[in-house]
Amino acid sequence: MIQAILKRLLGAVPALIGVIIVTFILTRALPGDPAAYFAGASGSQEAIEEVRVKLGLDRSLPEQFFFYVRDLARGDWGSSLTTGQPVLTEIGERLPASLELTLVGLILAVVVAIPLGVLAATRPGSWVDHLCRGITTAGVSLPTFFTGLLLAYIFYFLLGWAPSPLGRLDPYTSAPDFVTGFYLIDSLIARDLETFRAAAAQLVLPAVTLALFVLAPLARMTRASMLGVLSADFVRTARASGLHPLTVLFTYAFRNALLPVLTTLGMVFSFLLGSNVLVEKVFAWPGIGSFAIEALVASDYAPVQGFVLAMALLYVLLNLMIDIAYGLVDPRARLQA
Amino acid sequence: MASSTPALVSRPEPPPGPGLLLRQWRVLRYVVGENPLSAMAAGLFVGFVLLALFGPWLAPFDPLASHVGEPLSPPSAAHWFGTDALGRDILSRVIVATRLDLGIAVAAVALSFVIGGLMGAFAGYFGGWFDRASTRISDTIMAFPLFVLAMGIVAAMGNTVANIVLATAIINLPFYLRVARAEVRVLREAGFVEAARLAGNGEMRVLFHHLIPNIMPPMMVQISLNMGWAILNAAGLSFIGLGVRPPEAEWGIMVAEGAQYIVSGEWWIALFPGLVLMLAVFCFNLLGDSLRDLIDPRRRT
Repeated sequence: MIQAILKRLLGAVPALIGVIIVTFILTRALPGDPAAYFAGASGSQEAIEEVRVKLGLDRSLPEQFFFYVRDLARGDWGSSLTTGQPVLTEIGERLPASLELTLVGLILAVVVAIPLGVLAATRPGSWVDHLCRGITTAGVSLPTFFTGLLLAYIFYFLLGWAPSPLGRLDPYTSAPDFVTGFYLIDSLIARDLETFRAAAAQLVLPAVTLALFVLAPLARMTRASMLGVLSADFVRTARASGLHPLTVLFTYAFRNALLPVLTTLGMVFSFLLGSNVLVEKVFAWPGIGSFAIEALVASDYAPVQGFVLAMALLYVLLNLMIDIAYGLVDPRARLQA
Repeated sequence: MASSTPALVSRPEPPPGPGLLLRQWRVLRYVVGENPLSAMAAGLFVGFVLLALFGPWLAPFDPLASHVGEPLSPPSAAHWFGTDALGRDILSRVIVATRLDLGIAVAAVALSFVIGGLMGAFAGYFGGWFDRASTRISDTIMAFPLFVLAMGIVAAMGNTVANIVLATAIINLPFYLRVARAEVRVLREAGFVEAARLAGNGEMRVLFHHLIPNIMPPMMVQISLNMGWAILNAAGLSFIGLGVRPPEAEWGIMVAEGAQYIVSGEWWIALFPGLVLMLAVFCFNLLGDSLRDLIDPRRRT
């Protein structure tokens, strides 16, 4: 088992190298001359040259790439021009906010999508099936930033059920002591139910917005793969042997149907992390997405590059975890590895 | 596709014209009858194309002119969709934006279709180092969350509409590459390809005249499934302030402009562009599903 995991870890290396090469190219593709840019508008010719040497832009590309990787490994991801803070520190501070939002969104989507897909597959042609079809087609058509605004309008402005859609906590509540950075968990550790409630209230709308978007591919895949498995021979045999229908459904069919769903999770995470940026902007969520957008508006490139790299590393890591989970669910994949 | 005609030579002679047309019409009618949503989507599609073509003449007001009405006035008989903070007519802006939004998506999809399709076809047919290199490229693109990669590309290359098109094309490239490669790999061993080769056709001729026309149906399905997503991506990028710049009318930017007014109750500024954007994406997704059911019933889910 450990060997299989190690093999998979090695399998992620090419993706990692690819990601670093691409982000390196992106840092060198800045419009105009980066040295002139960093020297500022009033920079003299000497100042520009000085910056060029300081940034290592006077060296050959392979050398520059080497220094780039070395700096990344040392944790030097550049500094933000607007806040003056190192990019890695800023990203580290804001990452928990983004992760909390993304994970809650994913859990909501999974909790709704998988039962919906299973129900639709066991009753083809019924109203559940039609509902599932409708949701899956409509769900992928939703522009996340628009659904977010719509939900904020309905639940904050019209009904007044949700708190004002600005940030992780309302201004009257202070953040719980830092343990994990997830407000929901930290407030529970501090046994502060008031803060927990406040944090959950702020989280509901953005998380539902995210969930609505990724629900569709999950439900669609669950339904399709359940349909396929339910018509397989081994399910017929299990039924013919007189096993309880629920045993057949869950022990036999569901476990096998889960595999293609796990594979889609990779694509789902790609959607999630992408739309996370938009949702953070709509709800003024202080995560790494809104950090990147602020930097983009100010033409502050180091944070944007750091953000792209951080997201890509996170995505590689998530894909790796999916791969490992795949091995746990499917013994065949474990043997092959 | 000019190359699709010669390929018919390698297929059995089709029945005379009217019969074929009639049969295709029956299939179309059957599919539409089976799923009334497809008919609706087709109608919507025609509507959007008309708006994109004739938008500037259909819009009741100049989309960029401010103070054609009282600023921030709700929908009324004079301004069906209301006016925004500068007193611009939202209906006109939504109509005129159609061309830009669809244009970006069409250009991006066309780019990734041609480049990705050709790369995939070459990789699938010849294999070897080109296959390995192009697979590596597409794997690297897929190693990023795609929207984030698009953000990074636009940020690095410069904040222009052309770069939005390029970024959207790059993130869609792997899908076309993979479909083309997989289809060509299967077909390259097929009997008709062998026959074409034995008849003395060169490799390039076999690839372009016999294989590529035959992978068109799945590629078309890919295009129609991809269009909606391309529109969403482009609108998302301009929502966060990339590419299209105000005062230009574009759905994503218009939603962004309306966002700050949502919490104070001026809902119409963001609602109408958002709804139209959603409808456009929905229409393309439905069409994609119908087209897939028609061309490739096995992949129906």
